[in-house]
Amino acid sequence: MEPLLRVENVAKHYSGGGAFGAKREVHALNGVSLTIYPGTTLALVGASGSGKSTLALCMTGLEQVSSGRVWFGETEITKLQPHERGAICSKVQMVFQDPASSLNPRMSALELVMEPLRIQKRGDRRAWRARATELLDRVGLHKERLHQSPNEFSGGQRQRIALARALALGPKLLILDEALSALDCSVQAQIANLLLELQSELALTCVFITHDMAMAAHLADEIAVMARGRIVEMGSASRLMSAPEHEVTQRMLSAARGLNTVADAPRLL
Amino acid sequence: MMQRRRIVRWVVALFVLHAAVACAGFLAPYDPVQQDREHVYSAPMRIHFVEHGRMRLRPFFYAQRLREGSYNLFEEDTERAIPVDFLVTGAPYRLLGLVVCRRHLFGVQGARLYLLGSDGFGRDQLSRILYGGQLSLLSGLLGAACTVFFSALIGTLAGFYGGWRDALLMRLAELFLALPWLYLLFALRAFLPLSVSPTKAFLLVVVVLAAVGWARPARLVRGVVLSVKERDFVRAARGFGAGDAYLVRHHILPETRSVLLTQSAILVPQFVLAEMTLSFLGLGIPEPVPSWGNLLGILQQYSVLVSYWWMYLPALAIVPFFVGYQGLANALHEDEATAKIDG
Amino acid sequence: MRYLARRLAQAALLLLGVSILTFLFSALAPGNYLDDMRLNPQISAATLAALRAQYDLDRPLPLRYARWMNSVAHGELGYSFAYNSPVAPLLWMRARNTLLLTLTAMLLAWALALPLGIWSAEKRGGLPDRAVSLATATLMVVPDLVLALGLLILAARSGWFPTGGMVSVDFAELSSAGKFRDLALHMALPVAALVLSALPTLVRHIRAAVGDALTAPFLRAAMAHGISRRKLLYRYALRAAANPLISLFGFSVGALLSGSLIVEIVMSWPGLGPLLLEAILARDLYVVIGGVLFSTVFLVCGNFLADMLLYWADPRIRAR
Repeated sequence: MEPLLRVENVAKHYSGGGAFGAKREVHALNGVSLTIYPGTTLALVGASGSGKSTLALCMTGLEQVSSGRVWFGETEITKLQPHERGAICSKVQMVFQDPASSLNPRMSALELVMEPLRIQKRGDRRAWRARATELLDRVGLHKERLHQSPNEFSGGQRQRIALARALALGPKLLILDEALSALDCSVQAQIANLLLELQSELALTCVFITHDMAMAAHLADEIAVMARGRIVEMGSASRLMSAPEHEVTQRMLSAARGLNTVADAPRLL
Repeated sequence: MMQRRRIVRWVVALFVLHAAVACAGFLAPYDPVQQDREHVYSAPMRIHFVEHGRMRLRPFFYAQRLREGSYNLFEEDTERAIPVDFLVTGAPYRLLGLVVCRRHLFGVQGARLYLLGSDGFGRDQLSRILYGGQLSLLSGLLGAACTVFFSALIGTLAGFYGGWRDALLMRLAELFLALPWLYLLFALRAFLPLSVSPTKAFLLVVVVLAAVGWARPARLVRGVVLSVKERDFVRAARGFGAGDAYLVRHHILPETRSVLLTQSAILVPQFVLAEMTLSFLGLGIPEPVPSWGNLLGILQQYSVLVSYWWMYLPALAIVPFFVGYQGLANALHEDEATAKIDG
Repeated sequence: MRYLARRLAQAALLLLGVSILTFLFSALAPGNYLDDMRLNPQISAATLAALRAQYDLDRPLPLRYARWMNSVAHGELGYSFAYNSPVAPLLWMRARNTLLLTLTAMLLAWALALPLGIWSAEKRGGLPDRAVSLATATLMVVPDLVLALGLLILAARSGWFPTGGMVSVDFAELSSAGKFRDLALHMALPVAALVLSALPTLVRHIRAAVGDALTAPFLRAAMAHGISRRKLLYRYALRAAANPLISLFGFSVGALLSGSLIVEIVMSWPGLGPLLLEAILARDLYVVIGGVLFSTVFLVCGNFLADMLLYWADPRIRAR
């Protein structure tokens, strides 16, 4: 099987500090490599600061890497010029953690889901509206509320809007950066189940980024554990949950046990 | 919600004030450059309703005659009572610069009615103040519009692209802010041609105002752009393949709207005052075209200052506008502050 | 210490930049003093040519700037065509008068604004606060030009104050006390105009800063400890409000300088204002540049003073 996404030895550092202060370099990623095959689900687990969000941004091409390469199919994402980005927009999409900041409050739910179609100029206005309405309906949002601003929805509903928007261009790979972390437990379960439904319906490959081991095990086949900008352990979910090898993995596992998480919710599939 | 209502109230008040000045032709009884050398420096005349002990429905005034033994002091001639007519036809004017009209709100026949007195050429001060307001307010509004446009452009450029552009533009802004603004205004005006036609002078004033006032709003806009640039919805739009132009137009500029509005409300009165100051000193709009500034210029003569107090009245004309714009600026500022807390 | 040295370097760079900016603006000038002199038949062409060469008016801009910088190094700041003298001594004379006016106005304004602002902040919402608010709101809508002219008319019609100038004609013959009184009378109106126009903004900002400090959690904790009101106000609240207040000080210097320009002209106070106006009308290039630069120096000094005060008052800045 051909890999869908390949990350080859990617490193990313930021330089901070002002003109008169010492220049500080932050190494967010220190040589990460991984391969994602179509139809699978990968979970990237790690504590805050482990570099998982940075990795996600590099995978979508939203951040430039400092060194290394990222391939999507035959296209090398890291070599793309800004005006060529349109090529991968329709292939890889991302759902962010905080819908309050990822959805522009000045736009209505419908306009938000229409936006990617508008930017990519897929057909005319009527086509955008139809597709957006269809997507919002699929994620379970009431038709009457489509003209409201995201501020008037609950957290879970906002993430549904974000999800609908991410699916608008029909991506093959969906990356969810802590998309469930900001939600209440019961809502987490609902959205997680919605995700699993959509995944099988649309043949999506998903990458879940989370700090919650239990959620990772519930949603994914493979888990990669990150710490300090590196992947410290990677393997199937079942193996990692039962026999973790690296101490970071073990620590994350013990933190997850004993808490009510998504793992306790009934699985629809 | 409360804030919105307050803002609307101030906007309505300002609209009424501006409309009064815009309709100067209708409200003013006389042409502002029309002279009457028989009645120079006439004091403001009073409107009466009671004649010889009897109440009259129609307001009237007494014509003026020279006081006994004086050649320049006037008093009321109680023998000649002249009624005030309303909605009369008089000297033609252009309403809003477009339509030629002849109807005035009020007028009189037989003598001239100087509600706010007359100046050294016998020109009616009320008419001059109303017409003068047009140029003063217009230069303030145009200057503020230009400034807001340029500071939005510069602030967005600096904030969005960052790097050397940002450093250069912000250092330039600091330079402009380092000078006391009135000195900068004067210096800029100094180096442009001094005696020009009124139209050219007007444009010159507007350009100079815009060149002086851009620095502070530009910095504020840059601040907003910097914070919006990092928001996730901008990132998401990039993820959909949006280019810089799309991002700036649809996501970033709308966020700068409230800052720009508040700055406009602060800048307009400042610029009107700056035009007044320049014209007062003879560096702005020249005679005989009236502007609030050059109407006050005559006060630099000591004799006028002491004897003819009504020549000071044009200075007070700006006060209601200051009240309106400051009220609006405060309301906008509070609205912005509460929006930050809520949203 | 490094912080202050850095600020000083920034100030110097700023002055340099401002001088370049004003020189660039002067390149816009279509005519100059010598062009007007050309119309005067009494001045020969040879004299004009010599003057032209002496002041380098035909040379390109960078050369003129270099010449001028050289003149600055020699303490001359260029040459005034109208007064036929180096610019620096002219400016110094006038600058002293402007400083006298501005400093007095600054002191008086702060001396009035601080107690008023603190009092308003203490009695927030009460009658004194509302009265002060009303007074400041009224003053705020009267711009300085209107205020200055109004005061002038008052003086002219009442005869209580002299209506212009700095000293009376017979100043030299007065006794010391007489001289002081004469100067004070002449200063009264311009200072009043400046103070009244600066007061509302100062009072408002002081009230806001002290008010914020008074409602801060750390102050409530101190109150709960039973510390006296007086101590609370002066040792705790004012200390906390020091940072915004010192910044306000720096800002008020600039505002007052701008205001003094118009007040001096209206009230015929022999400061930088009237000199600048004269120079503009006479197209006396170097005086205009010098005048603008001088005012900037004052402003920069004022801000630097504020920086120093801030450094002394705010330990957070010292720690950096």
